Amino acid sequence: MTITDRPVDNGVNVQALLDARDALSAAPQAAQFTWRASCTWRNGTHSQSTVAGFTGLGTEQQHRTTYEFDVDHPECFASEDNGATPVEFVLVGLVGCLTAGVAAVAQHRSIQLRSVTATIEGAMNILGILGADPEVRNGFEAITVRFAIDADASREDLEALIAQSQKRSAVFDVVTNPTNVLVELA
Amino acid sequence: MMKTTAVVIGAGHAGLAMSRRLTERSIDHVVLERGEVANSWRTQRWPSLRLLTPNWLTRLPGYDYAGDDPDGYLPAGSLVDVLARYARFAGAPVRAATTVHAVRTAPGGFEIQANDDMLHARAVVLATGACARPAIPAIAGAFPPSITALTPVTYRDPGQLPGGGVLVVGASATGVQLAGEIHRSGRPVTLAVGEHVRLPRRYRGRDVFWWLHATGVLAERYDQVDDLTRARHLPSPQLTGSPQAATTDLNALTAQGVRIVGRLGRVSNGLAQFSGSLANTCSLADLKMNRFLARADEWATARGLDGELPPPHRFAPTRVDPRSPLELDLSGGEITTVLWATGFRPDHSWLDIPVRDRAGHIRHDGGVVTGAPGLYVLGLPVLRTRASTYIHGAATDSEALADHLCSFLSSERRWQGIRSPRLPARWLPRPSDPATAR
Repeated sequence: MTITDRPVDNGVNVQALLDARDALSAAPQAAQFTWRASCTWRNGTHSQSTVAGFTGLGTEQQHRTTYEFDVDHPECFASEDNGATPVEFVLVGLVGCLTAGVAAVAQHRSIQLRSVTATIEGAMNILGILGADPEVRNGFEAITVRFAIDADASREDLEALIAQSQKRSAVFDVVTNPTNVLVELA
Repeated sequence: MMKTTAVVIGAGHAGLAMSRRLTERSIDHVVLERGEVANSWRTQRWPSLRLLTPNWLTRLPGYDYAGDDPDGYLPAGSLVDVLARYARFAGAPVRAATTVHAVRTAPGGFEIQANDDMLHARAVVLATGACARPAIPAIAGAFPPSITALTPVTYRDPGQLPGGGVLVVGASATGVQLAGEIHRSGRPVTLAVGEHVRLPRRYRGRDVFWWLHATGVLAERYDQVDDLTRARHLPSPQLTGSPQAATTDLNALTAQGVRIVGRLGRVSNGLAQFSGSLANTCSLADLKMNRFLARADEWATARGLDGELPPPHRFAPTRVDPRSPLELDLSGGEITTVLWATGFRPDHSWLDIPVRDRAGHIRHDGGVVTGAPGLYVLGLPVLRTRASTYIHGAATDSEALADHLCSFLSSERRWQGIRSPRLPARWLPRPSDPATAR
């Protein structure tokens, strides 16, 4: 028990999120977001994608700056390794989403985080994407995420934290549940 | 046209409780029932069903369970007998074989079209229950017609099913009970599990409902609950009222040989797909159960009961197969029956008054319907407390709503066109005194 009881600050404005939840429940159209990226092929398996704007809260929005991503495959795939692989972007997305969730839920539950690190691994049999074995899927066989959290909270509290983070994670849902994907030619 | 002061629609435990309250207050009324008393318990439940709650909780106004098995669980058929006797004891003015076709507002109250008659009443109580229709997801349409499809309302016993594997969708009380029963009949069961509520049947020598009652969980009021919408949509706990008081959680089913898979997502190219989030879904249920058990332990310690109770303990975490299948070929012949244990909805389709929200639910304040003075609803989950969904909870709720209805009738006489009064604090349920619990 500290003498000076500092308020918990993980840098998440939970009140803003709760206010948004109330406001958007009353105005559901504004809750409809569309996230976007555009991609340009460079050479071989190398492409560059940019993320600049998205639609949400009833209007076009712009990120503070345009984010650029090189996407490629490694040399053992007979590529040039100009960027991380698409599946690694998915792992980054998932662990980033879960980590953000850990911080938000910790803030909401008044748990002060001191440090959070996570490692994520996706097991994959590449005979799938090589088309060499119809029994093998293209994607991950399994994904495991391991969180190391240093905080003033019991182990049970931290387990509850990561469970709640998964429960409300967008990328966790994308990865664990089916999603319709429509690809068309302009 | 027949005129009466109040019409109660539904002669189940909620409608009969309300009728008794109205009689006690000398309010003339009729109870309209499409079948016979306790119709849903008679005709819409499977024969092996027992109540989730132990018999000592079967309380109705002026009636407490007085049989010789207070810790047992009433079979549905026995409850029918209890309610039929109660209707006679209460002198309930039931009009059986009377189907309500429409309820509308009218000058001075409401017009109720029942069979070929019209009734006029100043107040109406909707007591048709929360489980009138099974809630079947749209995905059911994507299942091949060669697979027999059943709901808890059409299911009677495993014998009516063809041989072969059965997919049970939904792991609430109904899902786990029927998954166990069907698997024991020699039909291999796959159970698709989404969000669920895990509770042990017994803890430290007492039924879990003893703890829920004693700790005050059941008495938690709708205006005190953190997230009311969520609380009202919670699946029923994975409990069964078996004579052995067995726990029927996912670990028990796995031990029996039932195959557990994740939440049913969609059907794609003839393959049913299940969520990969099963492990977390089970973790969440385990954590929630443990929070409740911790609350129960704290309560017992604070009451000085640790000396007379067996010591606290925890249950094994839900075992999840990390290689649990993510899909099932529906055309491969492995599955011959699908049972949609995916919840129920009330049926108020004949209510021709605009009192519903965007999602189609009746808007109400503790059972006082919003925007239609004189209209009440009973028997919905967390209507007024977490006990509202159980027999004794509906009985308690009927008292407060009968008081409100009384007040409405007398104030309506003085002020024409008064708006539905907010429920004053004294009519909110009082916290139950744990000392009176068994």
